[in-house]
Formats: sequence, C-alpha cells, structure tokens
Amino acid sequence: MAMTTQAGRIPNLSLAQRAWNIRRKALLMGEVQGQGYIGQALGIADVLAAAYFHALDYRPEDPEWEGRDRFLLSIGHYAIALYAVLMEAGILPENELETYGMDDSRMPMSGMASYTPGMEITGGSLGQGLGIAVGMAMGLKRKRSPAFVYNLMSDGELGEGSTWEAAMSAVQHRLDNLICLVDFNDQQADGKSTAALATGDERAKWEAFGWHAQRVNGNDLPAVVAALDAARNAPDTQPRVIIFDTTMCKGVPFLEAREITHFVRVEPDEWGRALAVLEEGYPQ
Amino acid sequence: MTLNSLARKYEPRKVPETKVATSAMIASLAAEGYDTVAAPFGHALVDCARKDERIVGLSADLSKYTDLHIFAQAMPDRFYQMGMAEQVLISAAAGLAREGFIPFATTYAVFASRRAYDFIAMAIAEENLPAKIICALPGLTTGYGPSHQATEDLAIFRGLPNMTIIDPCDADDIADMVPQIAAHPGPVYARLLRGKVPSVLRRHKPDYRFQLGRAQMIRDGRDVLVISTGLMTMRALDAATALAGDKVDVGVLHVPTIKPLDVETIAAEAAKGGRLVVTAENHTVIGGLGEAVAGALLTRGIAPRFRMIGLPDEFLEAGALPTLHDMYGLSVNKVAERIRGWL
Repeated sequence: MAMTTQAGRIPNLSLAQRAWNIRRKALLMGEVQGQGYIGQALGIADVLAAAYFHALDYRPEDPEWEGRDRFLLSIGHYAIALYAVLMEAGILPENELETYGMDDSRMPMSGMASYTPGMEITGGSLGQGLGIAVGMAMGLKRKRSPAFVYNLMSDGELGEGSTWEAAMSAVQHRLDNLICLVDFNDQQADGKSTAALATGDERAKWEAFGWHAQRVNGNDLPAVVAALDAARNAPDTQPRVIIFDTTMCKGVPFLEAREITHFVRVEPDEWGRALAVLEEGYPQ
Repeated sequence: MTLNSLARKYEPRKVPETKVATSAMIASLAAEGYDTVAAPFGHALVDCARKDERIVGLSADLSKYTDLHIFAQAMPDRFYQMGMAEQVLISAAAGLAREGFIPFATTYAVFASRRAYDFIAMAIAEENLPAKIICALPGLTTGYGPSHQATEDLAIFRGLPNMTIIDPCDADDIADMVPQIAAHPGPVYARLLRGKVPSVLRRHKPDYRFQLGRAQMIRDGRDVLVISTGLMTMRALDAATALAGDKVDVGVLHVPTIKPLDVETIAAEAAKGGRLVVTAENHTVIGGLGEAVAGALLTRGIAPRFRMIGLPDEFLEAGALPTLHDMYGLSVNKVAERIRGWL
C-alpha cells in the first residue's frame, strides 16, 4: 500500500540508497549551521528510510491528506533527520535545505508543527509524543480510519513518567493502530541513558505493560523492515513498540569512532570530510 | 529536630463546643437564599454534544467530581476514562483535537495547573488546539488544604499565550458558557462549580446572559464599583445588598472571562467619576483579576482609589469552608466589612 501515490514521481531507489540520501542531506544541513544533532540523524536514518519508503502511506503533494499514516516526532531535536527524510519523500522542497536553522526558515532546529509541512506535532518537551499519539489513535478509531499513528521517541524519554501513563492508556483503549518507535542509542544529555535511570530490560518492560514488543538492530535494514511489517500486521489488539538499537553517527566511521556524546562535536573542516567518506560508500 | 514550619503540629487541641463539619470534596458550594441547579456543566455538555458530534469527554478519575458523569452516562461511547494520569489526559485531549474532535477534559484545578501544565502549554496552547480543560475546586472551595486548593491557577494560565480563561459565577454562567466555549476555535481553561450550584446572577439581573469575553454590569452603584469574577461575584452582590442598608451604593461588574480581559468595559466603568474600585476574586492576589485590572487601568491613565480582595500569598489552612472563607476574607460579611473600612 505504501508509496502507491508516489509512483512515477520519485525514482525507484533501494531503501539503502534512501538511507544514504537521508544521511547526506542531514550532513549538508549540519554543514550549513556548523552544528546539529548529526549523531542522532545518522543513527536513525535507516529507520526513517524504512518508515517513509516501506511502511507509511502518505501523499507528498498533500501532507495533511486525511488517510495518511501519522508520524510524530516526539524528539524535537531529531528534526534535522526528519527534514532530511521529508525532503527525500518530496514533502519538503530540497532547495530550502540551506535555510536550516536560519531566520524565517521552515526548518527550525527543534521540530514544530506550525513551521514545517509533514511535522505533525511540536516535540521537544520530551515525554509528550506518546500521549498525543494515544489521543490521535483514539481519534482515528472514532473516525473508523485504517491509518496508523507512529511515534518516534528516544531512549531518554523512557525516563519520563508521562511515557508510561501513555503506555498504560494505549493498552486500556486497545490502540492497535499505534506503533511506537524507540531509538535506543543509549545516549542522553549527561551521558549514557542506561547510566541515568535503571530502565531494566526495556522490551520486557513494554511487554509487561501489555504491548506487542520487538527489539532489533536499527541499522540493519532488512531487520527494520521485518519489524515494521510485524508491527503493522500483528493480529492482536495491543499497541506495538519496536526498540531500535542504533549506532550514533552510523555511516561515517571517523565520527562513529569518536567519543560519542549527545551533541557530537564536528569541526568546521570535518563536514566536507564526512560527506566525502559517505560518498565513497554509496550503496549499489 | 522539628522544623519551625512544622512545630504547630505538636500543640494539643481542645474539642470545640460547636462542631463544624469540614467540607467534603463532593460538597456543593453553599449560597444562602438562592435556588440551585444540579450538575449544570454535565447537563449543558450533553445538550451541546447532541448537536455537535465532534464533542468528546475525558476525565482523569474525577468524572463524578466534575459532573462529567452525566455526560458519560448519556453518551458512554463518547467518554474516555483516562485513569489517574493527568499528563496523558491532556496529551490525549490534544491528539483528539488534532484529529478534529472537541475534547472536554476534566480534573481538579490543582492537577491541571500544577501537574499537567507543560502538557497544556506545549501539546495544546502552543498549537492553539480547541481542547477545553474544565476544572473543579477552583481557589478556596475545599477545606482539604493546599493539595486541593488551586489558589494560583489563574496566574499560571494567564501567562500562557492562546489560552482563554473563564471563572464562572453560578449555574447559569456554567450552562451558558459550555456551547460558547465549544464553538470557540482555541483552547479554554474554565473553573467549575459542581454538584448543586446556586443560580444567582439572574436573580439580580433577569436578562443577564453569559457572553464569552464580555464583562457585564449586574447592578449599578454610585459609591463603589466592585469588579469581580467567579463565586466572588455572588459574594459581592450579597455584600452590596447588605451595604445598601447602610446607604452605601455598590455597583458590581462581573468579569467571568479573565483572559482575554474585557478591558474596554472595565476601563469605561472604572473611569466613571469618583467611585472606590475594588476587585474581588477567589484566587491569590498575585497574578489574578486584581493585578490584571490594575495593569489595564494604569496603562490607560485611569487611577481611581483601588483595593483588592483575594486570597493571601500563603498556603491556606485546612478546615470547614465557611470558617476559611471568613478567615481569608471571601465571606459576604468580610467583603462588606472591608468595603466599609475603605470608605
């Protein structure tokens, strides 16, 4: 069902090529600003490629098409990654790439619903996306819509109590049209997420809350695709979660090897070098 | 070691000769001499929802205590029990609004204003969504102490862009506000009186009707102008009746919409020659109606003699509500007494 509306408009690229394009666009935006959450963007690129070019149904020319699957970016600072995929999907014009983070840009540093086509919610106050997704999933069921609500959140948001209020609520209201995607890169502002709050066995925790839960390598495209398919097609009335273990800075080995922090420092001359390294690895 | 602030708990107490029951949380607000209406919010919402399929109701385990149970019983498939979880109550309301519905979410004013504030600010107000947050136990309407007394909710929400704020006075205000806030395209925070709610304003002014965003004179008076909101308009009207016996002529301007404030009407009335202007609100004197009126008048160069009636900048005592209303100056007698003292 996905992408049927895009036939003939967007060249037929593989998911690996889409992910590569997303990484490239994110690096170009990072270069414009000289900063950005590039570590997260490179890490989540494969998940976004599989979501937008395999799982989601949408119409690039009509971002608010009623039948679309909703994709919520709870983690507002991942906006650089979402802008990249929205451009790749034809929802945002690519010629605005160089406005990223500038005055009057439609692509502010933290994602907001009122700025950007394809940005469903204002994220950034972490722990809010899943609750909003619960309400949207309730609303879609009231309208008897077959659309799904996807909420992309971070491992750090597992520390917010509101996440677990929403998790219980989704089960209580049998929201089988809700798919939560957790980017588990084990990195938050002060260091490793797993060193900040004892989140325990995260998959078992979601299962104990009543969710259909999977955990896969978020940089293994076939595994990501299979997990998205399993989440969409699960037969029961549970909400679904996929925890994606991802590698920060994936695709640019010299950045991957750097001491990883929440805000990866990239020197001015390194943006070009990172793009060059990426160029060498274009997937065939 | 006993902290000074806690030392009072070690002072033994005597059993009083006259026993006064503390007000239970489900207790209706007493107003002597007025007829009452049962659950005006719940019934008005059912009427409104029959005409508008977009309306849904949500509560965080307080439907019975916010009169939303009337709606839940009448339209069970349009009611969501969200459990004791105010953050998802609000964010789910935002999601429903985003999908084209008009959610009415209810809880106590303390929980909405304190616990769920960030969710109201970012998920609802920042995106100007038409979610309606309806909250019982505003200001000092329970004797349960600060955990349940929302004495600063108006101050909190006044600072929030896009938010419309209503403090209705009586059953008629509540019944008439429901369809108007449902029709309003943005977010609304409304304080709620629930249970048996007195019908007051039309007794004093039969043709009075709540109008969103409008302040209205309920009675005229030459000596004093009371500018009041919420249940303090009841107190002001009764105090005005009492003061009339002392040949003090008190006018009462009722301001149920706190934001946006009807500055034109307030300024026009306050500018009318020589009256003492007194604001009255069931809220801390910090950041509520009084300061809003003072700021509006001063910036327009209108500077009458000005006094404020409201709750002090304190965490309030627990106890019986009539005692507390006397203690903190919200009772009819205290309002009349203070106005006399200022003349």
